[in-house]
Amino acid sequence: MKINDTKSRKSVILRLAGDIFKFYPVMLPIVIACIIFNAAVSSIPSIFMQNIIAVVEQNWRTGDWNGAAGKILRSVGILAGFYILSLISGVVYNQMMAIITQGTLKKFRVKMFGRMQTLPVKYFDTHTHGDIMSYYTNDIDALRQLISQSFPNLMISVVSVVTIFSIMIYYCLWLTLVVIIGVLVMLFVTRKVGGGSARYFIRQQKALGRMEGFVEEIMNGQKVIKVFCHEEESKADFDRINESLFDDAKAANQYANILGPILNNIGNILYVVVAITGGILLISDVPNISISGLAMGISITVPFLNMTKKFVGNINQVSHQVNAVVMGIAGAQRIYDLTDQEPEQDSGYVTLVNACEKNGQLTECREKTGIWAWKHPHSSDGSVTYTKLSGDVRMFNVDFEYEPGKTVLHDISLYAKPGQKVAFVGATGAGKTTITNLLNRFYDIADGKIRYDGININKIKKSDLRRAIGMVLQDTNLFTGTVMDNIRYGRLEATDEECIAAAKLVGADDFITRLPDGYYTMITENGARLSQGQRQLISIARAAVADPPVMILDEATSSIDTRTEAIVQRGMDALMKGRTVFVIAHRLSTVKNADVIIVLDHGRIIERGNHEELLALKGQYYQLYTGAFELE
Amino acid sequence: MEGLMYIIRELLRSVREYKKLSIITPILITFEVIIECIIPFITATLVNEIKNGCDLGTIIKYGIILTVMAFLSLTFGAVAGSASARAACGFAKNLRKDMFYSIQGYSFENIDRFQTSSLITRMTTDVTNVQNAYMMLIRTAIRSPLMLIFAFVMAFVMGGRMAWIFLVVVPILAIGLGIVIYKAFPLFRKVFAKYDALNKSIQENIKGMRVVKSFVREDYEQNKFERAADDVCSDFTRAERILAFNGPLMQFCMYVVMVFVLSFGSYTIITSRGLDFDIGQFSAILTYNFMILSSLMMLSMVFVMITLAAESAKRIVEVIREKSTLANPENPVYEVNDGSITFENVSFKYSEKAERMALSNINLRIRSGETIGIVGGTGSSKTTLVQLIPRLYDATEGIVKVGGLDVRNYDLDALRSQVAVVLQKNVLFSGTIKENLRWGNKFATDEEMTEACRLACADEFINRFPDGYDTYVEQGGANLSGGQKQRLCIARALLKKPKILILDDSTSAVDTRTDARIREALKEYMPEMTKIIIAQRIASVKDADRIIVMDRGTINGVGTHEQLLSENEIYREIYYSQNKAGDRNEN
Repeated sequence: MKINDTKSRKSVILRLAGDIFKFYPVMLPIVIACIIFNAAVSSIPSIFMQNIIAVVEQNWRTGDWNGAAGKILRSVGILAGFYILSLISGVVYNQMMAIITQGTLKKFRVKMFGRMQTLPVKYFDTHTHGDIMSYYTNDIDALRQLISQSFPNLMISVVSVVTIFSIMIYYCLWLTLVVIIGVLVMLFVTRKVGGGSARYFIRQQKALGRMEGFVEEIMNGQKVIKVFCHEEESKADFDRINESLFDDAKAANQYANILGPILNNIGNILYVVVAITGGILLISDVPNISISGLAMGISITVPFLNMTKKFVGNINQVSHQVNAVVMGIAGAQRIYDLTDQEPEQDSGYVTLVNACEKNGQLTECREKTGIWAWKHPHSSDGSVTYTKLSGDVRMFNVDFEYEPGKTVLHDISLYAKPGQKVAFVGATGAGKTTITNLLNRFYDIADGKIRYDGININKIKKSDLRRAIGMVLQDTNLFTGTVMDNIRYGRLEATDEECIAAAKLVGADDFITRLPDGYYTMITENGARLSQGQRQLISIARAAVADPPVMILDEATSSIDTRTEAIVQRGMDALMKGRTVFVIAHRLSTVKNADVIIVLDHGRIIERGNHEELLALKGQYYQLYTGAFELE
Repeated sequence: MEGLMYIIRELLRSVREYKKLSIITPILITFEVIIECIIPFITATLVNEIKNGCDLGTIIKYGIILTVMAFLSLTFGAVAGSASARAACGFAKNLRKDMFYSIQGYSFENIDRFQTSSLITRMTTDVTNVQNAYMMLIRTAIRSPLMLIFAFVMAFVMGGRMAWIFLVVVPILAIGLGIVIYKAFPLFRKVFAKYDALNKSIQENIKGMRVVKSFVREDYEQNKFERAADDVCSDFTRAERILAFNGPLMQFCMYVVMVFVLSFGSYTIITSRGLDFDIGQFSAILTYNFMILSSLMMLSMVFVMITLAAESAKRIVEVIREKSTLANPENPVYEVNDGSITFENVSFKYSEKAERMALSNINLRIRSGETIGIVGGTGSSKTTLVQLIPRLYDATEGIVKVGGLDVRNYDLDALRSQVAVVLQKNVLFSGTIKENLRWGNKFATDEEMTEACRLACADEFINRFPDGYDTYVEQGGANLSGGQKQRLCIARALLKKPKILILDDSTSAVDTRTDARIREALKEYMPEMTKIIIAQRIASVKDADRIIVMDRGTINGVGTHEQLLSENEIYREIYYSQNKAGDRNEN
């Protein structure tokens, strides 16, 4: 969150500015020009005031008023002209900033989301969902503040300060010096007080995070708290955390609130000092040093006082933006961190194509044939071979580690012929899920080989490999949309009839037709209104519609009752028919029907064979089966 | 509007000890504003003095007055700033506390009504919104109107006829700002709802990333998101573009005043041939111009902020005002006689609006010390039935008795400490194993804890941990397996030494042999305790004294394993579905 390094802070700002310029190459320069013009014009009335007062001063002495009216009116006329132009530029830049801000935010959102889709599964396994979400909420909000508020305000302030400063030097160097000293004092105070504010602000954010974590844990266990009458203890814990959040929030806000009045009144005092110095200069006849070469007079002192006020006001503005800028840059930094993440690498070149058989030869064809083939170009001789997609999967001496040095799978070899069913059995952490993660290359193996239809899966384009392997996971994830949309997710071209046929195949049609709007019932919040079994049936239908030759199934461990389980089991069985299936089994009935049972322990295969063979072995599987071990 | 007043009234109850600070702030601010408005008056006089060529002494005299005033203004402003920070943060602290305390008083029924994530947002984001609005309210909401009035008055005092221009400009700005808010506000409301939906869809995508990837739907998701983001963006832009008229509007008013003052001033100078010209007026009116217009601007901002915070306020009040649906009786009974349980014509539904009864017409008598098994399909209300015993819910009709007395006559804590429930969705909390066990009994000795863990077959794995009973349990028990968690939860409940123990599917992840050992231990060492076991596996309830078969909220059959096997169709069906495969194998 914190960026200490001013250099990297600068580079983030430059990158952000560059990006916005790339998004809006015409609008951004216009906006900048309009802001400069607008801010400059709002600082110039002092010149006109000086003019008018000078005219009055002069005519007073001469007593000649005839020329005055013309001079003054011309001045006012010019000013009014400037004002009209300035108003137009004001409308233009404000409108354009609204477009630029929202457009830029959208582009960053889309860019983040797009990059997120390409990230490897590892990223999602190693970052909490809350953390990833905060890119889209907190960081985007901070960025919005930076672009829509801080950027124009700071720019206006800088332009105003520069303009006023130039006018000041133009009129009188002595008074300018007084103002400079005052400004230095203000900057010093801003650094001190503003620094304190920023420090406590960060602490407040941390305390808020602690509070969030605590509340989350307690709310999740609220029913347990009730059952154990633990309310008073959790209240005491809460009070402690609440109190520390209060302390930090109080300090952060106190610093921020005090800064305004302090700067304001330093400004007031500066005003007085300028007035007194001006008075002294007037009385004592000290020669004026200025670019204009004008003599010291009331026509200089009075506009100067006005300029002092404006100057102070602008410095005050800048100080208000400090926190927002720091937060905004930190937000931009984090957003760039996400969009800079390395996407999933894919050097695969073997693709999946529609094929037809002519004279016993497989060839590629455009139309749908129902037959798929792997198109395998060989770089050595430029030839292309076609292999029929049939679902033969083999693993040879596969090792794998999530973190370097911590091998979780050792020397795994297994094969599944088309249509065979392989069941994985073993305790939590034995490596069942890990093996399935390797098949569709959610993770890449450290050593060994995995072949799909005889082709090394590293050579297959990831998207095509995954299309050839279906998955039904333990935690069902449905998306907001109708039941039909969710089933069609498996194959986007599927017609309504095909979706319904898939639902019928797995036994989901029955309950779906009884939903209020049948297949067009909206699913929200991951199907919160459906039962666990119903959600699972929809996810099975979704896999059925995709119709891949190889399936990975992870049976649900959560307790669904025997009747629902039987329906889900029938659905799974229907799905498995005619496919190569890898199943992470939690139920003995599934295991028994498998062609091969692989018993895993601490990442090694310790037993393999079919049910009868393994029972006869009287080893680990036998113990599992007789209930001596926990099956998970 | 009535609703809003109610929300504000309810919210303000939480100010409490920060009332003093909340009142002091506006008072201090009033002083600050008065001084701030007088300062330009004095500087104007000073400017006139300088113009008239006064001596240095006069200038210094004014200088001293002004410096003193600046210091006063600084003091008032700083103290007010600090006081308002304390008041607003303290108010927020109290709000969080009130919400949390209110939630701790919730019954199960109340808890069911709120989602965890929504409660967290209410306690963080919503409270922060209200805190900022409150600070704004006691600082700026007082400051701006005061500033407006004082500056207005001073403008007339100082500026004379020239001040009339404000009567033209102020209504223009006020109406303009009003129109902008009126137009933009409904748009913002609409777009915020869309924005929420957009963020929800992102969350869905993150959660379902494995599904997205395994179906190769990255591009599809990207397109879907881009469409939604486009929609949000164009709505936001529309609303922001209306709001973007605020700045130029303000500038327009400033410029009008400026041009007017300059031309009117010049006119006076020329017609009076330089006699009727007060240069102090010039600078003063320009200063007040800025004060008046910017306070109007601030006022419109405060209005917007407070209306936005109203939504948050509503959500907070909902939590605080939610009344627990269960209350302690007036003269509660603190002693539970024994572990007998009686259901007399009990019916139950989860909410008044629910059409279907979750339980209907239950009559049941359980003797103290009996072991009861409960089986039945999902939705057959097994859990619902047992939750009425420790009064987690109140029966809609009929009476539930424990120890021969209506549960509604007991003190809630006393009842629940005698009726221990191991919930289906059980939770361990971050802390050591010991700390988790102490939930059952704060004063449990090490021996008692070991004993309880031994009964629940938890000591065997605890002893294998390097830190034993001091092993740190991660949030939600993430570093333990399902079976280990369940055994710890049982041990925790046993430490209560309850008269009734309810295990709601609490051994589903425990292997069958351990499951049997736990049941054996309970039977042997705590024979006087009534035990109710809900299970999916017939094996877990087979040895119970009696087994209850639940079906769609009614009792379908009661009896021993053998009786039910011969008489009860549902029981038989469940039994065979679990043992069929085994039979086939044996044949």
